Amino acid sequence: MRNVYFESDNIISSLGFTTNQNIERLKAGDGGITMLNDESIYHESFPISLINKEIFGELSADNNLNKQYTYAEKLCILSVLEALKKSSVDVKSENTIFVFSTTKGNIDLLDKSKSSTFPNERLELWAMSEAVSTYFENKNTPITISNACISGVVAINIASELIQSGQYDNAVVIGVDIVSKFVISGFHSFKSVAYEPCKPFDSERVGLTLGEACGTLILTCDESKISDAKIKYCGGSSANDANHISGPSRTAEGSVIAINKTLQQANCNPSEIDHISAHGTATPYNDEMESIAITRCEMTNAPVNSLKGFWGHTLGAAGVIETIALSHSMRQNIMFPTLGYNTHGVTQNISVIKQTTSKEITKALKMASGFGGCNAALLIEKTK
Amino acid sequence: MEKQELIEQLKLQIIEQLNLEDIEPSDIGNDEPLFGDGLGLDSIDALELIVLLEKEYGIKVEDPKEGKKIFVSVTTLADFIIANKK
Amino acid sequence: MNLSITKYCSIKNGKVFVDGVEYFSSNEDKLNPFIKEFYRSEKPGYSKFFKMDDISKLGFMATEMLLKDFNKEVSPDKFSIVLSNSKSTLVTDQNFQDTVDKEDEIPSPAIFVYTLPNIMIGEISIRHNLKGENAFFINKNFDSNFISNYVHSLFCNQKTDCCIAGWVDYSNDKYEAFVYLVEKECCNKVANHNNEEINKLYKK
Repeated sequence: MRNVYFESDNIISSLGFTTNQNIERLKAGDGGITMLNDESIYHESFPISLINKEIFGELSADNNLNKQYTYAEKLCILSVLEALKKSSVDVKSENTIFVFSTTKGNIDLLDKSKSSTFPNERLELWAMSEAVSTYFENKNTPITISNACISGVVAINIASELIQSGQYDNAVVIGVDIVSKFVISGFHSFKSVAYEPCKPFDSERVGLTLGEACGTLILTCDESKISDAKIKYCGGSSANDANHISGPSRTAEGSVIAINKTLQQANCNPSEIDHISAHGTATPYNDEMESIAITRCEMTNAPVNSLKGFWGHTLGAAGVIETIALSHSMRQNIMFPTLGYNTHGVTQNISVIKQTTSKEITKALKMASGFGGCNAALLIEKTK
Repeated sequence: MEKQELIEQLKLQIIEQLNLEDIEPSDIGNDEPLFGDGLGLDSIDALELIVLLEKEYGIKVEDPKEGKKIFVSVTTLADFIIANKK
Repeated sequence: MNLSITKYCSIKNGKVFVDGVEYFSSNEDKLNPFIKEFYRSEKPGYSKFFKMDDISKLGFMATEMLLKDFNKEVSPDKFSIVLSNSKSTLVTDQNFQDTVDKEDEIPSPAIFVYTLPNIMIGEISIRHNLKGENAFFINKNFDSNFISNYVHSLFCNQKTDCCIAGWVDYSNDKYEAFVYLVEKECCNKVANHNNEEINKLYKK
C-alpha cells in the first residue's frame, strides 16, 4: 500500500481567506462568530460564523468568477486556487481526482425569494462538483460524498484510500457548506442553536453555532512534492450507532467502533495519540458522547480541543478544515484552544485544551459525528 | 371547548402531525405515557409537538426541556393548552 | 479478493423484483401510496416506517428484501452500507423549504432531519443493527465501477465482512432503487461482485 501525504491546503472561513490567516487567529484565540440580526432570516438575533462578503466579492472579481458559478462553487474555486499556489500537483492530470464533501451544496438556489438563473439541475450535488472540477480542467468524474457532518472526514478517508490503492496519485479534497435560510431554519426547529456563541465541552453549553466555510486539502503519494514536515495519512473509518437518527448513542457505540478501527488500521496504540481534534459541536449530547468515546478508547491522556467556538459548525466543511488545522498544529507543535470552554461540563475526565499550548505532536486523531447516527475518525502522523 | 373534546381533537392532531399511520385515536389512552413505554414517541416527536402547539394553538415553547412536563400524556397536554391559550 | 452478490432487489415503476424475479406489483404510480401498499403487503411490523420520508421508505423496503431471510452471523461492526443517488433528498428539501417559506407554516424538525441522504443509511442501520462503514455518494448516474471498487476496498482493508450497496434515487416524477448484498466468495451467490455483472443486474 502506498503512503499518502498532505501536500497543500487552504481554508476560507470567518477567520480569513488563507490557511495562514486562519491558523494565526486560532493561535491567538480570536474567533469569528458574530451576531446575525436579520428578521428575513430568523425572528431573533443569534450568533453565526460568516465569510466576509466584501473580500469574497473582490477575490471573485479578481479571478473573473462571473455569474456562471454559484456562491458555493465560487468558494470552492477560490479555495482550490489558493491551495494550488503552494502546490506542485497537476490538477488537470488524469492521475488527480477531485473529492467533494458537502451536506447541502447549492441549497440557496431553492430559496425562491432570491432570483436565480441557474437550472434546477444545479441543486444536484454532483452538478456543483462538476462545475468546479471542470473549471480546473480535470477530466475525471468527481466524487461527491454527502454523509451529514462526518462528510469531510469520510472524504479524506476515501481520497486517501484511492491513492493508497494506486487508483490515483493525487486528490483534491474540497469541503464546503454555506449558511442558508434552509439550514438556519432547520437547526432552529431542532432547538439546537445556542443564543450565545457555542461553548464546546463547557458546563453551560446549550447548543451549536452555525457557520460557513470551504476547505481544500491536496493529498499525494509523491513524497518528493513535500517540502516541510511530512504529514502522513495513517488510517480512518466510519461506523453507525444503529440507535437513533438524530441523537448520538449514550454509550458512544459508533464513535468507539470508528476510533478502534482507525487505530487498528494505523497499527497504533491509544497511548501513542498525542492530540485529539474532537467534533465538539457544543450540544449537550454530542460532547458528552465524545467524552465517553475518548474514555472508552483509553485516550484520556491526549489533550482534546474543538474548534467550533472559532468557526461554528460548518457541516460538510468541518471535517476538512478541522483536519487541515490539526495538520498545522502538528507542523508547528502547538495545540489550539477550545474557544468557549471554561468550566468542565462532561462526565468523563478528558483533558480539554483551554489555552494555546506547545506540545510535540507526532500522532493525532480527528473525530466526527452526525445526524443519521454516523461517526468517523482518521489518524495522521508527522514523519521525518 | 370542553376538555374531553380537546383531548379527542389532540389525539387526531398527534396522529396526523407525527405520522402515526397505524394508530387509531382509541389506541391512545388519556393518561397513557406518550414517550417511553407508552406510545413510544422520541425526541424528534417532542419537537414536532412543539410545532403543533404553535401552529394549532398559538402557544410557543422555547425550551425543549419544558416539553418533558407538558407532553407526559394527552391529559397533561390538554391541561397545558387550557392554561396557556390566549 | 473474490466477492459475491448473494441477493439483489430493484424497485421501479410500481414493481419489486428480487433476484430478477417479480415479487410485487401495484397500479399506484406515485411513490408514496405504492411503497405504503408494498409495506402493508409485506408486513414488516415496523411502525417507524410511516415517519420516514418517501426516499427513506423506498430504501428501507428495498433493503428489507435483502435481509429478511438473512441468517448468517456477521459482527454488526463488520456490516457496512454504501449507497448512492443523483438527487440526494431534493424532494424532501423542497418540502422543508415550503414549511420555511409559507407564512402559516412552521419549519418542521421531522422533515428537516430527512434532508440528508445518509439518514436512510441510519434507518436501515437501526432496523437491522448494522454498525459498519457508512458512505453516501452523489453521482449523476449509477456508477457501478466506482461503487464496486469502493466496496471492494472495504473488504480488502478488512473493514467489512458484508455490505449493502446500490442506488436509491427519487425525484418528483421518478423513483428507482437497486440494492444488493455483497459477501466474501460463497456458494449461494447470484453473481460475482464486479463492475460488469453489477451493470448486467442493474440493466435487467
